[in-house]
Parts: sequence; C-alpha cells; structure tokens
Amino acid sequence: MYNEKVMEAFKNPQNVGEIEDYSGLGKVGNAACGDIMQITLKIENDVIVDAKFKTFGCAAAIATSSTATQMVIGMTVDEALKLTNKAVVEKLEGLPPQKIHCSVLAEEAIKAAIEDYRNRQKGIVTEKEPEYV
Amino acid sequence: MKEIYLDHAATTKLDERVLKKMMPYFTEYYGNANSQHGMGRDAQKAVDEARDEIASLIGAKPSEIYFTSGGTESDNWVLRGVCKAFADKGKHVIISKIEHAAMLSTAAELEKEGFEFSYIGVDKEGFIDLDELKKAIRPDTILISCMYANNEVGTIEPIKEIVKIAHEHKILCHTDAVQAMGAMRINVGELGVDFMSFSAHKFNGPKGMGALFVKTGARLNRLISGGHQERTRRGGTTNVPGVVGFAEALKLTYETLDEDVKYVAGLRDRFIKRVTEEIPYVKLNGPRDGSKRLPNNADFSFEYIEGESILFSLDLAGIAVSSGSACSSGSLEPSHVLLALGVPEELAHGSIRFTFGKENTVEDVDYTVDKLKEIVERLRKMSPLFKLDGTVKEV
Repeated sequence: MYNEKVMEAFKNPQNVGEIEDYSGLGKVGNAACGDIMQITLKIENDVIVDAKFKTFGCAAAIATSSTATQMVIGMTVDEALKLTNKAVVEKLEGLPPQKIHCSVLAEEAIKAAIEDYRNRQKGIVTEKEPEYV
Repeated sequence: MKEIYLDHAATTKLDERVLKKMMPYFTEYYGNANSQHGMGRDAQKAVDEARDEIASLIGAKPSEIYFTSGGTESDNWVLRGVCKAFADKGKHVIISKIEHAAMLSTAAELEKEGFEFSYIGVDKEGFIDLDELKKAIRPDTILISCMYANNEVGTIEPIKEIVKIAHEHKILCHTDAVQAMGAMRINVGELGVDFMSFSAHKFNGPKGMGALFVKTGARLNRLISGGHQERTRRGGTTNVPGVVGFAEALKLTYETLDEDVKYVAGLRDRFIKRVTEEIPYVKLNGPRDGSKRLPNNADFSFEYIEGESILFSLDLAGIAVSSGSACSSGSLEPSHVLLALGVPEELAHGSIRFTFGKENTVEDVDYTVDKLKEIVERLRKMSPLFKLDGTVKEV
C-alpha cells in the first residue's frame, strides 16, 4: 500500500526528537484519533535553521513528519507557512487516499510551530493544547 | 531475511496433503456433480464422501451440512435466511457486539429493511454478558447469534449456555465457528446449536470454501437462488475440489488436534510471558485464562505508540502480524472488538494481534519478542507521549 519512498522515510526517519531551546513548538492531532504530531523549530533571523519531530501515528504519519521537517529546514518563516500538504505528498511520490490526512497534520504542525514562534516574539508564551483535527 | 508468519487467524497455508487430494478434481474428475453421466456421478460421489466425513467429525448428520463459499456467505445466509423465513413471526434478532463484519454489516442492512437488532455487550475479557442477553429477549425475537471464538482477542464464548437460554425461549441459535474450527473439537449435537458457520482456510484448507450447519428442521430461506444443488437450498455449481479439500483438511486437523493445540498454546504462553515481562507499558487483550482463549491467539496493546507503525516495522523484520482486525486495516477506525472490551481508543490504536500456527517454532517466538522490544523502544523514542527516561507525558 505504501510506495518505496514512504517506506524508506518510515524506516530511516530524519530529524527525530525535540529541540531543547526551540523557537516554536507545534502539536496537533489527538491520541484517540491515532495521530499526534509535534514539531519543534529553531529559527534565526526568520530562517528555520533546524526542525525536529515526535510523532505518535502510523507509518505515513512518521514519513510525512520526517519529510516535512526536511523540507522546511533552510526556508524562511514565510516560505514555510506556504508549505502545503500536497507538496509533502509529492515529495513522498504519493500516499494512499486514506493517509492524506497525515500530510495535512504535518502542514498544520509546521504552521502551529510558526504561530507559537511569532507569539513568543510578541511575548506570548502558551503551551498550546493539542488541536483536535 | 527471516519470514515468520504470525497471522494464522487471517488465513493458513494449504496443507500439501490437502492439495494432493484436491488436484484430481480439477483436471481428472472435473465433472459437474449435478450431471447425470458417469463423470458427474464420480464428482457427486466425492462430494458425498466429503460431506459424510465432515458430518461425522462434528457430530452432525450429512444432510445438515451445506457447502458455501466461506464463512462470510454462511453468516450472511443464516442471518438473512432466518429473517426472511420468520418475518411474519417477529423481526427482532440478538447478536453480540464483537461479531465479525460478515454479521455486523448484514445486520446493518437488515435494520434498513425493518428488522431490529439488539447488540449484547461483553466484559473486559470479551465474554458475552449473559444477563444482558436474557433481558434482551422479546416475544418477537427470532434468532440469537454469538460467535464461538473471537477472531481478534481469542475469547471462547459460552455457546452451550447461550443455546440453552435461546431454546428455553424457543428461539433459534447460531454461532460463527470460523475461528473455533481447527482450534478445538466441535460437536454440534452436544452444543445443541441450530446453525453454525465454518471456513476451510482457517485450518489449512482451501480459500473460498465454507459450510453452514443447519440442524434438521431448522427453518431458513435460501440466500443464493439457482439450481438444485445442496438440496435446492444453495444454488451454484458445487466446488468439488474445494469440498474435497475442506473434508481432508478437517480430517487431518482432527488427527493431530490435541498435540497441535498443546504445542501452539505453548508458543502463545511463552510469547505472552516474555512480552508481559520484558516490554513495559503493554496490556494483554482478551482472557487471562489460557483455556478460555484460542490456543493460537495473543493480542497486545502497546501504550504510547500506534499499531500500524508496529505492524510495518515487524513486516520489515520479516514478521507478519495484523493490527486490530485484519479486516479493518483499510479503515482508520480502531477495532470495534477492542472498544467493546472497554479498551480506550488510544490504546486500541496501538494493538497488534499475533496468531501462531503449528509450523512456528520457539525460535520464531523468541526472535519476534527480541525484534518487538527493539521496535517498541524505537517507536516510543519517536512518540510525543513518551519521555526517554521512561516517565509518561500527560497528553
């Protein structure tokens, strides 16, 4: 059901973990639905210099987390905000239809982390509750 | 790479001896069992012998065995057939919450056609609530059905007691014995059940082959209209090789059943013991008492990680298992069986079923546990719900 690219990303995921002194943290999904994705970003001068993920979820959720973090490293914050789930799916050369929501989760986790970063810049620090998707 | 098959509840390998017995009926004795000429009579003779064999092994009369395309057809038939036959008497049916999709989907369709279903709950080990069952009985109840053994968590249900309750109220009783056949000796006479569904590929027989036991006098309409096959109760050209294979597989299974069950249960118990002792934060689903659980079944929930990622990690290590129910692998919903047992949704998502077979070895069990330990640890390191020091993060 998964293509080789997805299985490879699942087998050898990149950027697993949590950045200790992150600039922004995004956490989306919930355990009852079977998917939680947490992405931490290190941002310097509005450029994403590092990204790490922790994911509770299926093989597709792990593969999309890994791919999305790889894609945003080196992007400016504005560029990363434009990252769509479709671009993540394309990078993985396709996902089964019932797994597209995993890529949506990856897009949302990145957006949530950037929102957290912007809030922190304004002095608002909220440990956000996971969003219910 | 190693290849370890631990998904025997999904299907089993066709026994070579069964295949050998089936082969001539594809190419040599290929006559239609309904034809009147010699070729047809040869085929009919093989079908009759197979029917006699199966009937004698399960304590039935040959005339009570009807061949079908498998467990799903048998379940569909009995549910639709009884509902149609008794619609003038009543439109209420009682089934358990943990039935196979073959029962539950058919029930959902019949509900749309005006029949009413009561779904009886189970306790945390999967045993049907007999009090709830008794209370659900109404004057217009026409059928009670509960599976003999559950395909996901292996619970063996008290069928004899269920039959007794049903018959006290003069209600027909069916059991889906798809997982039970091959795991225990079944005697339909002793159980007193009116209908029983079987599937041959669960005990090293061919796929696409099943049967429905219909007790003499038990009324049901036919599901598949057609010719005069199966005493006009099930149309369609008889699958002669399939029928022959079914009988041979059951005969061979029964020949070594006691020792095989003991051996397979030994593998299961070793696996359960090692997983429980060596992997933290796991929960065994289904009965603790091994004698009330299918000898081949072990079902675990692994906390803080998700089942599909465990399944594919095991697959990459050459180990075949299923997550929740194999049949729900296409959907994103957690297993209805685990939810009925009261397993929380997030745990149900992290569940894996391991089902052993007689060709598995102790080495297979140990290799699987060793791999599983690595996989669970690796996935937990990736999980936002689990901290590296082993303490648990609140969600």
